[in-house]
Amino acid sequence: MADRRFRPETLAIHAGQIPDAATGARALPIYQTTSFVFDSAEHAASLFNLQTFGNVYSRLSNPTVAALEERVAALEGGRAAVASASGMAAEAMALTTLLQAGDHVAAAGALYGGSVTMLAVNLRKFGIETTFVDATSAEAFAAAIRPTTRAVFAETLGNPSGVVLDIAAVAEVAHAHGVPLVVDNTVPSPFLCNPIALGADLVVHSATKYLAGHGTTLGGIVVESGRFPWDNGKYPGMTDPSPGYHGVRFYETFGDFAFTMRCRMETLRVHGAALAPMSAWQILQGVETLPLRMERHCANALAVATFLRSHPRVRWVNYPGLPEHPQHELMKRQMRGASGLLAFGVEGGVEAGVRFIESARFMSHLVNIGDTRTLISHPASTTHRQLDDAQQLAAGVRPDMVRISVGLEHIDDILWDIDQALAAASA
Amino acid sequence: MADDLNSLRRILSSCRTIAVIGLSAEWHRPSHFAAKYLQQHGYRVIPVNPRYESILGERCFARLEDIDAPVDMVDVFRRSADVLPIAHSAVAIGAKCLWQQLGVVNLEADAIARAAGLESVLDRCVKIEHARHFGGLHWVGVDTGVISSRRRA
Repeated sequence: MADRRFRPETLAIHAGQIPDAATGARALPIYQTTSFVFDSAEHAASLFNLQTFGNVYSRLSNPTVAALEERVAALEGGRAAVASASGMAAEAMALTTLLQAGDHVAAAGALYGGSVTMLAVNLRKFGIETTFVDATSAEAFAAAIRPTTRAVFAETLGNPSGVVLDIAAVAEVAHAHGVPLVVDNTVPSPFLCNPIALGADLVVHSATKYLAGHGTTLGGIVVESGRFPWDNGKYPGMTDPSPGYHGVRFYETFGDFAFTMRCRMETLRVHGAALAPMSAWQILQGVETLPLRMERHCANALAVATFLRSHPRVRWVNYPGLPEHPQHELMKRQMRGASGLLAFGVEGGVEAGVRFIESARFMSHLVNIGDTRTLISHPASTTHRQLDDAQQLAAGVRPDMVRISVGLEHIDDILWDIDQALAAASA
Repeated sequence: MADDLNSLRRILSSCRTIAVIGLSAEWHRPSHFAAKYLQQHGYRVIPVNPRYESILGERCFARLEDIDAPVDMVDVFRRSADVLPIAHSAVAIGAKCLWQQLGVVNLEADAIARAAGLESVLDRCVKIEHARHFGGLHWVGVDTGVISSRRRA
């Protein structure tokens, strides 16, 4: 019998978790333990030598966390995944496994503020340079690539810029230079967009957002496509004996999940930003309903964008789900929907934007996205305030911009709250 | 070639004695990793390598034809170009499966094995596939593709 390709709605519930071998428990047990016993000294040695797979210590792997890892790998169409304590930890884990001093990154300018800071400040401190480019132009990425470039980094759907990455075109540029395309797929979630199918090599997520969906739990994950040729001469860490792991050559030994193994055994093991089992369990409760929630987030966001577009107190609306968005066709080609995030400018500028936020009844003023609740924020004074004006504009942040993460409340109630807050803002 | 979950699972369940061609005695080589793993999971590994007397506690043979016990699977850690005579030998000794390791792809050898009624696997690691179907790979975040409402065996 040929293997069945299960649909994402099925994978979101079943992938990575079969009934517990010990108890038959149908729901995922929470393995709340730091450590796992060895069968013998020989078994311990084999585990430490990576000659057999198993659990040793929950900083490296944990059965509850493994269920989340396999599920997200399956939803992304990837080969393997490794989870972390937050989305930023996932991004740091992917990039620090990939890069070393002297390397260069070609990155989209339209990035989440924390990602800009990681590249422009933190990694720079360790001798890794980044050039930020216009994310709408594959040519701009090509022009930024140097002989020392070892990663191309971008968001599939920019937060909060709404910029849609032409994944296939940018992957082609990266691959022409022997470099992997690393994408942050947080905003679409794996239900709306599968970057690996379009050519991406590594995918990172803040699982805190739509994957979890309930705004209770931090988490992150790195997914590997299993297709990048790490033996092309540019990634000695993948092919040479690992000094941190008694001479193991990761690519030769683990093949198409070598990057994930190296992330786990070299980086996660040492940096220690492991995901807690309880957090993995909470995130998985959300993942089970991801397809249903994303459909509603998209429908509600499109209704909000359409409402704002013709509202007299709104200057502009930026949502890739609107037909007039310059990348609407590209979004439709790559994604099932434009997700729940949109931005707009309130008539009256910065002050009116602040009054709008302070006048909301149930929309919450905070900096998360991807919650069941509708969330609103003013990026210029919060998430992106560490950036200077030029960096803010490069990241797609305008001073009058209000960001909405449209939630799952009834659409009539969401539109009512927006309308009354707009009225209060211009009063 | 056999490349679907059920066939690979069947092969790994029915083959219990595995001749490993090109098994290295150096502990950090992939062939050594794989063979040691197979031993730990209840398989008998028979090393085939003219350079050694014994590896992993098992007597080492120079050629498949020299092995003095029935062999279920012939697991090949050699260059793709060198697999053809091994396929003929695997047929001659009555093996049930010719398994070419990750990166080893000889389509002619595959055809010979299948024509003789052997199962044939290409470009896959026997350790990785075992771990995929019987638990281990799941612990390191790999998508095993296993969807089931039954407990793991």
